[in-house]
Amino acid sequence: MSEASHEGGHHTSLGVDSRKLGMWIFLASECLLFGTLIFTFLLYRNKGIEEPNIPAEILDIPVTTASTFVLLMSSFSIVLALHAIQTGKIKSFQRWILTTAIGGIVFLGFQTYEFTEFVQGGLGLSTNVFGSSFFMLTGTHGFHVAIGVIWLLALYFSSLRGGLKVDGALKVDTMALYWHFVDIIWIVIFTVVYLFAVV
Amino acid sequence: MTEAAVQAPHSEYGLWSWLTTVDAKRIGVLYGVTAGIFFLIGGVEALFMRTQLMYPDNTFLSADTFNGLFTVHGVTMIFLFLMPMNAAFFNFMIPLQIGARDVAFPRLNAFSYWVYLLGGLLLVSSFVVGAIPKVGWTGYSNLSSSFFTPGIATNFYVVGLLVLGTSSMAAAINFITTIINMRAPGMTPLRMPIFTWTALVTNFLLLLALPPIAVALGQVLFDRTFGTSLHVPSGGGSATLWQHLFWVFGHPEVYILILPPMGMVSDILPTFSRKPLFGFSAMVYATVAIGFLGFGVWAHHMFTVGMGAWGAAIFSAITMLIAIPTGVKIFNWIFTIIGGQFRMTTAALFAAAFIPLFTLAGLTGIMHSSPPIDWQHHDSYFVVAHFHYVLVAGSVVGIFGGIYYWFPKVTGRMLSETLGKLHFWTFMIGINLTFFPMHFLGVDGMPRRVYTYQTGFNFDTWNFWVTIGAYITGASMLILIFNIFKSLKSGAVAGPDPWDARTLEWSISSPPPEYNFVELPQVTARDDFWHRKYELKNFQPQPDNQQVHMPPPSYWPLITALGLGVFFTGFVFEWYVLPFIGAPITLIAVFCWSFEEFEM
Ligand code: HEM
Ligand SMILES: [Cu+2]
Repeated sequence: MSEASHEGGHHTSLGVDSRKLGMWIFLASECLLFGTLIFTFLLYRNKGIEEPNIPAEILDIPVTTASTFVLLMSSFSIVLALHAIQTGKIKSFQRWILTTAIGGIVFLGFQTYEFTEFVQGGLGLSTNVFGSSFFMLTGTHGFHVAIGVIWLLALYFSSLRGGLKVDGALKVDTMALYWHFVDIIWIVIFTVVYLFAVV
Repeated sequence: MTEAAVQAPHSEYGLWSWLTTVDAKRIGVLYGVTAGIFFLIGGVEALFMRTQLMYPDNTFLSADTFNGLFTVHGVTMIFLFLMPMNAAFFNFMIPLQIGARDVAFPRLNAFSYWVYLLGGLLLVSSFVVGAIPKVGWTGYSNLSSSFFTPGIATNFYVVGLLVLGTSSMAAAINFITTIINMRAPGMTPLRMPIFTWTALVTNFLLLLALPPIAVALGQVLFDRTFGTSLHVPSGGGSATLWQHLFWVFGHPEVYILILPPMGMVSDILPTFSRKPLFGFSAMVYATVAIGFLGFGVWAHHMFTVGMGAWGAAIFSAITMLIAIPTGVKIFNWIFTIIGGQFRMTTAALFAAAFIPLFTLAGLTGIMHSSPPIDWQHHDSYFVVAHFHYVLVAGSVVGIFGGIYYWFPKVTGRMLSETLGKLHFWTFMIGINLTFFPMHFLGVDGMPRRVYTYQTGFNFDTWNFWVTIGAYITGASMLILIFNIFKSLKSGAVAGPDPWDARTLEWSISSPPPEYNFVELPQVTARDDFWHRKYELKNFQPQPDNQQVHMPPPSYWPLITALGLGVFFTGFVFEWYVLPFIGAPITLIAVFCWSFEEFEM
């Protein structure tokens, strides 16, 4: 293999690895995905409900504030995980990446609790369009968190088996982008769905 | 050199090698052949419809069958033929034009193709099980609810489009990353060939336009499957939400269909005029401007819904604005030809014919942008005439130009020019006889999507000739198919640069080797190949070197796609075990995919 061709394989125009760039591009489309779901929710926010103040009554702001806090903290811990792997501290990396995954799992636990509460309280997926758009929006977000948790655990177990030796920092960096995005979107959802209901 | 030029680019050619290939060029060929087959299927559907409409009160088809045919024809032509045919050109040409060895994500690329193929098969299987969707390619809501279209037929539309959207989304991420990040040294943005530019803008449109429709389709799927009412007014849903979300996607979609052929035309005309593209940067800016404006005009499809004077005025004005960058393009093409030494090859003829034909399509488009005129034309044959001028006389003609132009690069063989010109002229007669009189029919009041009409409305004569035109168009296609098979067997050997062309893809052998370039080109100018040939006079052919390290084949993209296919098929046939089988297959396949040894 000639020197030129070897270099060619790793040459990128922006100097950014394509996987990371690809993630940025993917996230651009995710903005529109959530944008459309949020738009639908706003359209149906006060529809199909007997009294206009029911969203305020049914949404449990304190509980959701707690789960929001957990999710935000997991964004913090993934930064620590990334820093650890960039500086070659594998043990510390494993600790923080696991912390992040647990944060995601706790968030999903809160969401499961919330969904069960609603269903028992009489608000199901197909009860009215408020319920449908609420569950589809928050459920899609929960699905993203779930994918993220699987991904985090995969990184964790892979590093236990010594799998992150090549491009490890890059892989975690790409994952962290995704994870931060899922967090930021949650802040928007929390504002629009929960806080707007009480103002 | 000529011997080497016809040599197969790969040592392996078995079925397995195609199933596991990650080479963008082979994936491009897969895309092209599959899309071509769907084009024929869609064409036969069109001929059936035209046969029914040849005479008043005809009984060749029932109303029900006709509804199915126009739906499947529209969906096939747009999602199974035009978009994937553009993707075929993206796959083959983008890496060559920017001087790269492959796309950024070779396996994701294979995945896109397999998902597309499965989505296409899923849609076609609606014929096999006798449940053809009948909601039109626009799938307007309420009609798509399980109250108005019970059974599984509409599921094919909803789920099929979701599957195909997944494919396009993966492809969009891949191509955007490739164009932004894999350019050869010196290939600055304004040195990229214009086809690559249109590909970039097109894929951004896909990236941003697909999520809204994906959400809308998901909502309809939930309405049909889980009993929600997001698009069902009787349950509190909005009657127009679908229309908004569909057209937020749908208008950018028409640019997704027309921009790549515009790029092809913009690459073909300079080659055959022996002159650089007139106003290159203006062309780039016009393409980008069209991309932006394309997101702000969706409601011009909804003037008849009623949105008040202000809404109508604003959407009307923004729509008219698009005429400006479009006009820039048309003048640039004309001035590229003027003053050049025009060579009348078949590719050049198709590219040149694109200009007046597309202009005509654009003119009727501007007419629709005025609400009072649109109220007259809406849902009439005038609209059918308009969008077939865009899609057939525009996109398809441009793509034919692209096929005649790049076929030698892809296969190493020339298409016959004699047959090509025969194809060109019969096609011109055919499509204009088919689609031009539809303007008259529309203005005379013939509605769209009707399976028959009564005599005495002045519709009879033109409908007869329109059908004759459709038959001529169909016959003309046979010439192209014959030409392709004949050339594959015994066409003249092309050599690397049969047209004396300008861009990088012509600087390497035909067909190109698997790795495209041994040495990545060092780009110093726009139309770098031409620049080296005629200005620097220092063009060096690529050395013969078989030792370039390329990514190994992989079967995980195919298995991931199959898992996804099983998952979605469950929602079509309402067999809800399938999602539970498909999801784990997909998940496991993604795992294996990401842990596979795959050095890039
Ligand atoms: C010779 C070629 C073609 C003929 C004769 C033809 C004919 C027709 C006819 C008769 C209809 C039904 C019109 C109606 O009843 O409203 C139709 C609809 C349509 N065609 Fe074509 N067509 C051709 C090629 C194409 C191509 C190449 C495309 C796109 C790439 C295309 C896209 C469409 C679409 C989107 C519709 C609307 C479907 C709907 O109403 O939902 N057609 N065509
Ligand atoms: Cu439009």
